[in-house]
Amino acid sequence: MAKNKEYTRRDFIQRGARLTLGLSLAGVGTLAATHAGKQKYVWQIDPFKCTQCGRCATDCVLSPSAVKCVHAYDLCGYCDLCGGYFKPGVTKLETGAEKQLCPAAAIERKYIEEPYFEYIINEELCIGCAKCVKGCSSFGNGSLHLQIRHDLCVNCNECSIARVCPSDAIKRVPASEPYIIKGDFTAGGGAEQV
Amino acid sequence: MKKLRKFILFITMALVLVAVNAQQRFPKPEFETGYEQPDTTTPEPRAAALEYVDVFILLAVLALASWFAVKKRSRRGILWLSVFTLIYFGFYRNGCICSIGSIQNVTLALFDPAYKISITVLAFFLLPLIFALFYGRTFCAAACPLGAIQDLLVIQPISVSSWVRKTLSFIPHVYLGLAVLFAATGTDFIICRYDPFVGIFRMDGPYTMIALGIAFLVLGMFFARPYCRVFCPYGVLLGWMSRFSRKHLTITASKCIQCKLCTTSCPFDAIDEPVDEKVRTEKTIQSNTKRYLIFGLLLPVWMLVGGFAVSSAHVLLSKAHPDVYLAELLITRPELKADVDNLDIQAFLESGKSMDQLVEEAALIRTKFKKGGWILGAYLGLVLGIMIMNQFVLRRHEDYEPHKGDCFSCGRCMDYCPVVK
Repeated sequence: MAKNKEYTRRDFIQRGARLTLGLSLAGVGTLAATHAGKQKYVWQIDPFKCTQCGRCATDCVLSPSAVKCVHAYDLCGYCDLCGGYFKPGVTKLETGAEKQLCPAAAIERKYIEEPYFEYIINEELCIGCAKCVKGCSSFGNGSLHLQIRHDLCVNCNECSIARVCPSDAIKRVPASEPYIIKGDFTAGGGAEQV
Repeated sequence: MKKLRKFILFITMALVLVAVNAQQRFPKPEFETGYEQPDTTTPEPRAAALEYVDVFILLAVLALASWFAVKKRSRRGILWLSVFTLIYFGFYRNGCICSIGSIQNVTLALFDPAYKISITVLAFFLLPLIFALFYGRTFCAAACPLGAIQDLLVIQPISVSSWVRKTLSFIPHVYLGLAVLFAATGTDFIICRYDPFVGIFRMDGPYTMIALGIAFLVLGMFFARPYCRVFCPYGVLLGWMSRFSRKHLTITASKCIQCKLCTTSCPFDAIDEPVDEKVRTEKTIQSNTKRYLIFGLLLPVWMLVGGFAVSSAHVLLSKAHPDVYLAELLITRPELKADVDNLDIQAFLESGKSMDQLVEEAALIRTKFKKGGWILGAYLGLVLGIMIMNQFVLRRHEDYEPHKGDCFSCGRCMDYCPVVK
């Protein structure tokens, strides 16, 4: 045995441990692989669950938040007295800042024809506070709603807003269908849940 | 004519929409001025194919780092590779997904059947471990953005006595155990939430996160790579693999001349000094072996004590789960139901879920914590027991060698070694 120095007891232990570790790694890998999918996942807000609590504006790791208000124009009533644009109790429908519900003046109101107005969200200014969403859902059709914008979202491993969302409205969705736009009838699914 | 046709088409479309949206409070108007409704924009997320590019780049960096560390013996190569990693995986990819955080994704995939782990995330978890099993912790040397940012800021490293290091080395096990427990119960991804550097990579983040990152970097100028040595939970797994790796970086290219230069070069105190043969007397070896065996027999005791201790704390631990927290809050302070400012309680009341349902769910999560607490405690007891046993190991050891478990394969020692091939 003295001659055969290449294979000592220490080598044997090393090799055995290496094999065990390799096999357990393979085991964990295979087990996890059975739950794996080729699909990439991203975070998105289910607008039908959202309760407009306002945490999207404060709890995103980005500042301002990657959550923005989007407008589903199909659902919009183009109201003159827009519950998402004006503060409650406003009598004179003017575009003065003190009359607007949005704290960032991110909604642009544009006259189309009597008596209809178009509302466009300026995403550069929007902070995702959901004040307009609450107004629109309470008094209007609910065409304004929050969505995570994927050109901004850094897709954290665990969304820090999802953790604090009181209504569990933020979930992982396949990256091939990254938005849940309200009233998106062509995409299907959304309409039944209204 | 064309205009008229367009107008008719528009009217029909509008009518269809109105019919579908019968439940709307204010039906969509029929415009007369030919107004065209803008589209709701949906900017696409980063293409899924690019995730595969990331995996490929990780594979390439790992392969290069292993080649630099084990074969080429080039500290410079490793250094530039880590600069690339810092720029690409750190500042460009914003430090997410990383292998450290992927522990939680893998755990969640194993425990939550509803969760589907992406194959690229699984690759990020497995590749560095496989490489560590063959070539040591080359991932830490050059492929980890968290390691890279700290390694580049090692300025005046101080040497820390071995008992402090050994005591601190218990913390990563606790962190790993808690991370797995929280991920398995669907509570939280604590590794990601308390990642100190991700805020710096994004150049944006909550104040506390940035402050923590800067504190780590400042500390790291003197106590080199503090996150890696005292917290990194992935380092525990890499350490196991590396300890038994097939090949590993060696300090000297041929024969050690015991000049001790390498020990001063290593900022991490990861070089084992030779064991003095005078210490290895028959008597000490015998008494050490005896104590080693006694503490070996005590292992089940540590495990039981640990399991009991952690599972007793399951009530406290489970409070980290939002549902358990809410249920407990509503039971102990039912008057809060009237508090309109408490968003969580108001959202729960609006959801229409009954109190019994919530309590039942919370109780289920709590039993999971109790079970998991036993496993976590037993694991920690086992680790502690083995750490104590290792105190009595006096292996024959003639040269200065890197500690295979702790060495990050950064290659500084190779540069310092005066021996040429």
